[in-house]
Amino acid sequence: MAESVRLIIDGEHADVPRGTSVAAAILNRGTWGFRRSVEAEVRGPLCGMGTCQECRLEINGEPHQRACMAMCVDGMVVRTGRASD
Amino acid sequence: MEHRHAKVVVIGAGPAGLAAAARAGEHGCSVLVIDDNPDSGGQIWRGDHGLRARTWRARCAAAGVAFVHETAVIGESAPGTLVAGRPRGPMRVRFERLVLATGARELFLPFPGWTLPGVFGAGGLQALVKSGFDVRGMVIPVVGSGPLLPVIAAYLRGRGARVPIVAEQASAASMRGLATGLLGAPAKLIQAIRLRAALWRTPYRTGYWPVQATGEDRVREVKVSNGQRTLTIACDALACGFGLVPNIHVASTLGCHITEGRVDVSDLMRTSREGVFAAGEALGVGGVECALVEGEIAGLAAAGAEDEAADLRGRRARARAFAGALSDAFRLREELRRVVDDATVVCRCEDVRWGRVRARSCWRDAKLQTRCGMGPCQGRVCGPAMAFLRGWRVGDSRPPVYPAGAKDLAVALGSAGASAAPDERGLRERTNMEPER
Ligand SMILES: Cc1cc2nc3c(=O)[nH]c(=O)nc-3n(C[C@H](O)[C@H](O)[C@H](O)COP(=O)(O)OP(=O)(O)OC[C@H]3O[C@@H](n4cnc5c(N)ncnc54)[C@H](O)[C@@H]3O)c2cc1C
Ligand code: FES
Repeated sequence: MAESVRLIIDGEHADVPRGTSVAAAILNRGTWGFRRSVEAEVRGPLCGMGTCQECRLEINGEPHQRACMAMCVDGMVVRTGRASD
Repeated sequence: MEHRHAKVVVIGAGPAGLAAAARAGEHGCSVLVIDDNPDSGGQIWRGDHGLRARTWRARCAAAGVAFVHETAVIGESAPGTLVAGRPRGPMRVRFERLVLATGARELFLPFPGWTLPGVFGAGGLQALVKSGFDVRGMVIPVVGSGPLLPVIAAYLRGRGARVPIVAEQASAASMRGLATGLLGAPAKLIQAIRLRAALWRTPYRTGYWPVQATGEDRVREVKVSNGQRTLTIACDALACGFGLVPNIHVASTLGCHITEGRVDVSDLMRTSREGVFAAGEALGVGGVECALVEGEIAGLAAAGAEDEAADLRGRRARARAFAGALSDAFRLREELRRVVDDATVVCRCEDVRWGRVRARSCWRDAKLQTRCGMGPCQGRVCGPAMAFLRGWRVGDSRPPVYPAGAKDLAVALGSAGASAAPDERGLRERTNMEPER
């Protein structure tokens, strides 16, 4: 078994294998909407490689982080965007 | 601020960058590779520990090549000094020779419903699965265009997804030319046969393109059409990609000559700027063989081993010829310009809809009047889409500005009057002031 890391996603604990991206961890919980667009449409990841910015959310209090480019680490706190940014 | 220095600096750790780094390192140069991703391998070797990926990584290690990851090069503060953004703050890197191996990104074309959660890029979905997204049991049609679609369909099936269809917009007629072209490239032919075997239960339909995705909270259904018949396919997610777009922004920032969205190079991979080389997908989509041989040539030439580099030119010419045949076969059809309706979002960052942007006269006009291309992705998604939909000339934009480090980056870039440390908005405006091409 791969070693796992524990993080907090939207207030709940999640244990995921090391090497999992934040985007994958969120999708695996069944959450497909990551943020709201300027007109409040729900959006999720598109490009998976850091280009489109559709997967932005809050990581450790920093807004606008790309979930597809960030790896899950122990103690990380992630919040998907409910409000419009 | 962290400072680094190397004789040869390579931007991009994909196949082209790794090959360049290994070759230059083997010739005794100090080499530093800078890459935006958490790991080396670029698009194709992301999370791949296959033989070829391992071999090139091992050659880099043996040659003493150094790497910095999660670091994006954003510009040059003085000739020969790059500025890069990273989570821990900016970094400056001095080079004597530079190899640009910045690769390509996926081309996305808008169609109604493409902004629904669950509509992924084809390569994008593959990248997400490689980073742990579990697609077992999901029904995922693969639509769009290009040789990557069947590769990705086979990959998704291997990961337990059901792929009910691969819909390729190119016609069977335009692809027949390719089948004969393939005979000249045995390795590719074998790869194609293997793929066909992996896909034997998945219909590969040519001449069909996506016209609509629907769903409440996320995509649940996609319609594909051949102009006469429309098929409706229920799904859990959708993978769509229409080919690749070279990443040329670093090259253009450094003043390298660019033609039709590709970096211009000599047969030894020299750009128009002295001491700056380029290789791989940034020169136009060419596939992994091409990226490797071009990386080798660039690395050797940068290390001054020009004779050795010259010996590889034949291999490169063959790889490029194959790439040319591919792009002819997968030429995008006219009808794809007509699937958007007035309510279709074209610029996803600013929610600019087709109805507002279609009447603008050019890319610059669209940016100023509608904010199309002015959001955080800096036009990297909608720019190439508008170039296709309207035939506009769209200069490749700067990489995204990371708000957290915006001030630091502005300071790091220094010279260009940024010492007043503009706020995020100021920096964004600056980054938008690229000359139109
Ligand atoms: C999403 C996607 C999926 C693909 N999947 C496949 C596949 O399954 N099979 C296949 O044969 N081909 C695939 N390709 C095609 C593939 O791009 C090429 O075959 C090959 O990877 C090209 O190698 P490269 O080294 O030129 O570029 P890439 O592999 O694209 O590597 C370029 C690297 O440069 C980095 N970079 C770019 N700009 C900067 C910057 N400013 N600062 C720092 N780093 C930067 C990128 O993050 C990337 O890691 C895919 C392409 C894409 C876009
Ligand atoms: S999915 Fe596009 S930037 Fe993360």
